[in-house]
Amino acid sequence: MNIVRLKARGSHLFLPLSVLAILIVINLIKGADYFSMTMINGALYGNIPNILFGASELVILAIGMTLVTASSRGQDISVGVAGAITSAVFVQILLGAGDITWLTILEGFLVSCVVGVLIGAFNGSLVAIFKVQPMVATLILFTAGRSISFMIDGKLSPVLANELTSQIGSVMPGVPIQTPIILTVIFIALVAVFLKTTNLRLYAETVGINEKAARLNGINPIQIKFFTYMILGVCCAVAGFIAVSKAGRHDSVNILKYIEMDAILAVAIGGNALSGGKFSISGSIIGAYTIEVLNRTFLRLEVETETIKAFKAVFIIILMVLASPVVREYIAKAKKKTGAGIEGGSAQKTGALHSSAASGPDAPAKKEV
Amino acid sequence: MRSQTISQKKEGISNSDLLFIIATVIFVLMYGFAIIRYPGSFLQFQTFFDLFSLNAPLIIITLGISIVMIGGGIDISVGAVTGLVTMCCALLLESGTGNIWGAMFLALGIGVAFGLLQGYLISYLDIQPFIITLAGMFLANGLLTTIHKDPINVTHVEFVALRDYEIVVPWLGTYNRLGNFIPLEIKLGTVVALALIVLLFVIMKWSRFGRNLYAVGGNSQSALMLGINVRKTKFFSYLLCGLLSGIAGFVYIMTTGAGNVGNASGFEMKAIAASIIGGTMLTGGVGNLFGSPVGALTLLTINELIRAAGVNSNYQAIVSGLLLYIFIVLQSVVVWLRGRGQFRLALPSWLVPVKKSS
Repeated sequence: MNIVRLKARGSHLFLPLSVLAILIVINLIKGADYFSMTMINGALYGNIPNILFGASELVILAIGMTLVTASSRGQDISVGVAGAITSAVFVQILLGAGDITWLTILEGFLVSCVVGVLIGAFNGSLVAIFKVQPMVATLILFTAGRSISFMIDGKLSPVLANELTSQIGSVMPGVPIQTPIILTVIFIALVAVFLKTTNLRLYAETVGINEKAARLNGINPIQIKFFTYMILGVCCAVAGFIAVSKAGRHDSVNILKYIEMDAILAVAIGGNALSGGKFSISGSIIGAYTIEVLNRTFLRLEVETETIKAFKAVFIIILMVLASPVVREYIAKAKKKTGAGIEGGSAQKTGALHSSAASGPDAPAKKEV
Repeated sequence: MRSQTISQKKEGISNSDLLFIIATVIFVLMYGFAIIRYPGSFLQFQTFFDLFSLNAPLIIITLGISIVMIGGGIDISVGAVTGLVTMCCALLLESGTGNIWGAMFLALGIGVAFGLLQGYLISYLDIQPFIITLAGMFLANGLLTTIHKDPINVTHVEFVALRDYEIVVPWLGTYNRLGNFIPLEIKLGTVVALALIVLLFVIMKWSRFGRNLYAVGGNSQSALMLGINVRKTKFFSYLLCGLLSGIAGFVYIMTTGAGNVGNASGFEMKAIAASIIGGTMLTGGVGNLFGSPVGALTLLTINELIRAAGVNSNYQAIVSGLLLYIFIVLQSVVVWLRGRGQFRLALPSWLVPVKKSS
């Protein structure tokens, strides 16, 4: 029974992992030197480090988005804008501080985190207290946010020209791995520890699956939703911090543009139901890296930049069709038919497959109710 | 007479109508404020109809998105599809082979194609609408930049005539500073938008499809148990939305006369905002199609007001956001209060406050 359960639980990672594998195979066919890395000025460069480097903001946002999706049954579309605002605050503090030391960077980062939490609290209050649909609630900031960040900037795009922030954006002396990758890993580890040591995971899932039942069981849905939005706010602040360090200047119009769509996509590719409930952070992380690999695969295959979006769309549609409950059920039925005569362990296996099909993207919420 | 007594017995007004009335009252108040503050410009009928003429595409898109939202879905591909349609029409007209009818059919065809694809995937394969329409947005955007990147100005003779054609209303006009009478001029896009508003309102209010859609949006489970074909209804709502984006694309190019990569970009979020201000709820089942143009006009009026005030254009977005905030909170409070009212009816009869009028 335990094995069956494990299989059902692990099946959500099957889709993103297989997609990732297919993409890597395509890349290998294109050129066998895909995994090769070179040392330049004491740091590793190559396809893999570049993917890890490029996806760092997306991964961080996808983590927060997964939590929000699980608890509030909706998505935050203001994450990119929130990152723009928090990074604007960060840049202003650095520029106001005069000479820049690690201490001022830390101070700026902490203040930007506070701003992120405030933004999260704003969205969270609308969603949790006023019971507004998350997408609608975050549409407010989505509309107004870039202008707010532009005004914090003072209508310029301030430049961060100093050693320390460029080290955060690229490589620190003596460390062979680019700093954003390290920051992302630290962030993932922190979230993992946080989820392991607290009950947040269980509570968020409970609230997402059935709010009333959660309330009857003594969990305050308002608090949980509020809290997940605040966590997302911190994620936005971290992502904004990394993005602005990478770019070296704060461009309110283009920083973290369209990343909200990619973040939601990462959550969906990771096998999470966008209608809330059970979630898997690892799925979302893999989903985020998959998106980055996908983008870079198109570049590597020399698809014209204008056409990339169309190919990406076709890819997403195929992926979602394969993952859709109807197709999954169909496949599971077909498998059951063919495997009907086989006895013992394999029969159990088909049972597991069937149950995994039932717990596809949309099913978990229904199943638990 | 009989129908009157029945309607009197019905309790109050529905959420849809209440939210619509709130939106309308706020729009009228805002326009009234605009007239008092800037009597020179806002008092002219031309200003009001210009709002309509120049933003007819947005209003049409808002209608489409409202229909999808009433059905409990969401469509964020509309802006990109509209942009794609404008570019395709411009290319067709400029290539010399096409005429206006061809362009019109092309526009409708593209819209319907996107509607069919998205509708099928969402309703029959049960895929989350957000992701599919996001992919649709990427697809339309990608095709747009693949087909052509540079702006095209359409010089097709008949089309230019159509673009510049304006309906003149001689009995509604204004005197300019020199005392010359200028009659009111209305673009064709306005007529299309107005006709669509009325047509779709009728469809949503009195047709079987419209009623089914409200039921599906309100609660798809109970709609299914009532024998409504939920999938088909949802499918048609997306199809209709796609068709409307096609029409909006043609109206767009009829208004501006040029195909451009940036055409209608960001319209999806504007349309969703307008729809919400107009009283449609994203949860589905609640909404009034007259509310959608009112919501769009409210957003546009506030932008015009800010432009007239001559302040930093960044405030436009911020004030739009603020307006949206007020509306969303207001809607939530209203629905909550009404929900509480309904709850009170479940109390014992001696606790129910006696209403004076029915």
